[in-house]
Amino acid sequence: MDVFGSFALLLAFVCAVYALVGGIAAILTRHPLLIKSTRQAGMATCILIFLATFSLEYLFFSDNFASAYVVSHSNRDLSTFYKVAALWSGQEGSLLFWSFLLSIYVLSVLVVYRNKNGELMPYVGVVLAGVQIFFLALNNFVASPFKMLGNVSASGAVEPFVRMDGNGLNPLLQYPEMVIHPPNLYSGYTGFTIPFAFALAALLARYPGEKWIHLTRKWTMIAWCFQSCGILLGAHWAYAVLGWGGYWGWDPVENASLLPWLTGTAFLHSVMMQEKRGMMKVWNVWLVFTTFLLCILGTFLTRSGIVSSVHAFAQSSIGSWFVGFLCLIMVVCLTAYIKNRDYLKSENRLDSVVSRESSFLFNNLLFLVACIAVLSGTLFPVFSEWFTGNRISVGPPFFNKIMIPIGLALLFLTGVGPLLAWGRTSKESMKRNFGWPLLAGIVAAVVSFAVGYRNVFSTLCLFLCGFVGWTIFLEFYRGARVIAARSGMNLLFSAQELAMRNTRRYGGYVVHFGMVLIFIGLAGAAFNIDVQKTMNFGDSMKLGPYTLILQSADTKADKNYTAQRMIVEVLKDNQQSMLLYPEKRLFQGRDQSSGTMVAIYSTLREDLYVVFAGQDQDTNLPVVHAFLNPLVKWIWFGGVWVVLGTLLALVPSRKVSLVLAHSTEPAPATVVPALNPTVTLQEGHD
Amino acid sequence: MQSRAKFAVGITVIVVCLSFLAWLGYSDSKTYYHTIAEYQSLQGSARSHRMRLAGTVASGSIRHSPGRVDFVLEEQGKTLPISYIGSDPLPDTFVDKSQALVEGRPGTDGRFVAEHVQAKCASKYETAPGSDKPAAGSPTQQSSM
Repeated sequence: MDVFGSFALLLAFVCAVYALVGGIAAILTRHPLLIKSTRQAGMATCILIFLATFSLEYLFFSDNFASAYVVSHSNRDLSTFYKVAALWSGQEGSLLFWSFLLSIYVLSVLVVYRNKNGELMPYVGVVLAGVQIFFLALNNFVASPFKMLGNVSASGAVEPFVRMDGNGLNPLLQYPEMVIHPPNLYSGYTGFTIPFAFALAALLARYPGEKWIHLTRKWTMIAWCFQSCGILLGAHWAYAVLGWGGYWGWDPVENASLLPWLTGTAFLHSVMMQEKRGMMKVWNVWLVFTTFLLCILGTFLTRSGIVSSVHAFAQSSIGSWFVGFLCLIMVVCLTAYIKNRDYLKSENRLDSVVSRESSFLFNNLLFLVACIAVLSGTLFPVFSEWFTGNRISVGPPFFNKIMIPIGLALLFLTGVGPLLAWGRTSKESMKRNFGWPLLAGIVAAVVSFAVGYRNVFSTLCLFLCGFVGWTIFLEFYRGARVIAARSGMNLLFSAQELAMRNTRRYGGYVVHFGMVLIFIGLAGAAFNIDVQKTMNFGDSMKLGPYTLILQSADTKADKNYTAQRMIVEVLKDNQQSMLLYPEKRLFQGRDQSSGTMVAIYSTLREDLYVVFAGQDQDTNLPVVHAFLNPLVKWIWFGGVWVVLGTLLALVPSRKVSLVLAHSTEPAPATVVPALNPTVTLQEGHD
Repeated sequence: MQSRAKFAVGITVIVVCLSFLAWLGYSDSKTYYHTIAEYQSLQGSARSHRMRLAGTVASGSIRHSPGRVDFVLEEQGKTLPISYIGSDPLPDTFVDKSQALVEGRPGTDGRFVAEHVQAKCASKYETAPGSDKPAAGSPTQQSSM
């Protein structure tokens, strides 16, 4: 199976090279047969990558401990569930996984548009093949996942060598979310390749701007949705597994996943400027290019360990390949832009500071500044070493100082943007639109202050959450009322009808609502408290309204690990409330490797988060670390809304049929169709 | 033209404010990375920076005493005595010959006072550097964050 896999990868590489070279020839000659054959080569590349991926997965499932990759990342007792995840737990496998996910996108694009957009598709195929070649080169020649173990015998010949069992999967990855988080994040990273390919292809082919924007909108949203999910699942995993009490630590690898999300989000907004007003064409093209570059950079940061992440110690040689690829993309993009920039001329100019356009402009500015801040903070050690010779890193205070104001400003624009008109907004309409939302914001701020959340940023954040939440509600309410008046349906059904008639707009509002919930959760972070104590059985400690009593401890054996479990009784306001079981797991396979399982009691108001932190060095007594984190649950809820909203936006809008003239008796349509004219119109304004 | 000027002012104000915040955050949190050899040759104000050092825990050097753990970090033949003073228990992976990262400031008696210690087992087999999340891929643990 290893031979099969590596052969499939090699053949995929050959096919991809043909798709690239043949594709360029096809563009130059416009030969229909050549166009068709390169497209099919592109499809074959994808299918071969699928086969290679399945054969690596087969090696895991057949416990083939002659394979170096399987030995490093699996063992016999590892459950089936995690054997799937073991695929992307190391360098070689995750690069193959990148190729695999990219192939799913590429194959879908090639199949969906096989008979459409004849002028553009050969270019798209070439760009996609180019990206695939890079990753296939890594899969084949730099980090092959199909290496077998071997011993060099006395005579110098290499003899195959089979281990009895593997080293096992990293315990930190043995957690259900770790099975879905990387595929999500990687689907986001790889998904942005599609809009990139279309943007570059459109620029090269001088294809009309509205058309490529229209074609890539759904692909961008799909990638964005996966990226958002991936980031949130990663945050949740860090929260539930790493046991330090937080969900975001501004770690380089976390930042790497945030960067393309920031530019991708900016793009999803600025694209509306191009569709509605024919503006920001250059900006949009560059946002797509940047997003893709940041996806590659993200993969590079994660894989190379150039900025040692708090956890990553090792460095690998793969970095130079990525740097080369990044430079190549930049050169290609710049050349294409300089050559064809005249076709990106703007059709309109900005008229007023208080307008929908300007809110989009400031939205984009803030996303870009946020991106630059996170990028420079993340790469600071690298740059400071280049320029001063000293390697200097910046920590969370740096990121928080910049990102909190940016986040609040973006939240403000989320509320304000939809209230402003395109072109120019009158004072009267502002008064009419802003009154109620402002009041809602003030109520939210007062309530939070009364409840005890007293911090400048948090109060401001909750004020804005109230404000934005109410503007979203008003958007739905006003639209639904019009439909209800016309159709006689109740408001709830009308709201649903409204959303279905313009899924993109109202899906967007649902996403915004999800962001409001996430911000409510983030506002809680200012009030986190924690206590750590070395406890004997029977000892207790107080944390907010809770009292924790360490009852006893036990051990629990599973096939793949032994868990040491603390039994902690929790009293709330001195009433017996529940038992929590924070664990420490000692895994088989690797020596001394252990993982924490945090016990979390989560309510909308706060999370009680209890960690068995280890044994005290002097007394050997267990150390229990407990955190009280307010409002965290809102973040995960918000994430669900973000996904639902994106899905809604992906559904095609419902066409509205309006019957303009009624006759008392239904006339036979076949006889006099003119009496009953049905006008189809699409109500839509984004 | 007037509205263009307004935009320019708005953008400038935003960028200037955020740059100022960035500078504040930078001075608050900058941490220097040094090798042990570099650390020993630091002079004057450079010695008061917050810094991060890496090395291998010298065999048999770990000594527990109430409220602190003393050990010696080795790197390229140079050694440095470290005192870890922190409330968090040290990670399980912190043993003789493990690779460790310490973060803190120089103490007064020639010892380096670490507030955070991270450690990674010296594994017999190569482990991949980070999967896609911070801790993924390397059996590393943090003592605190």
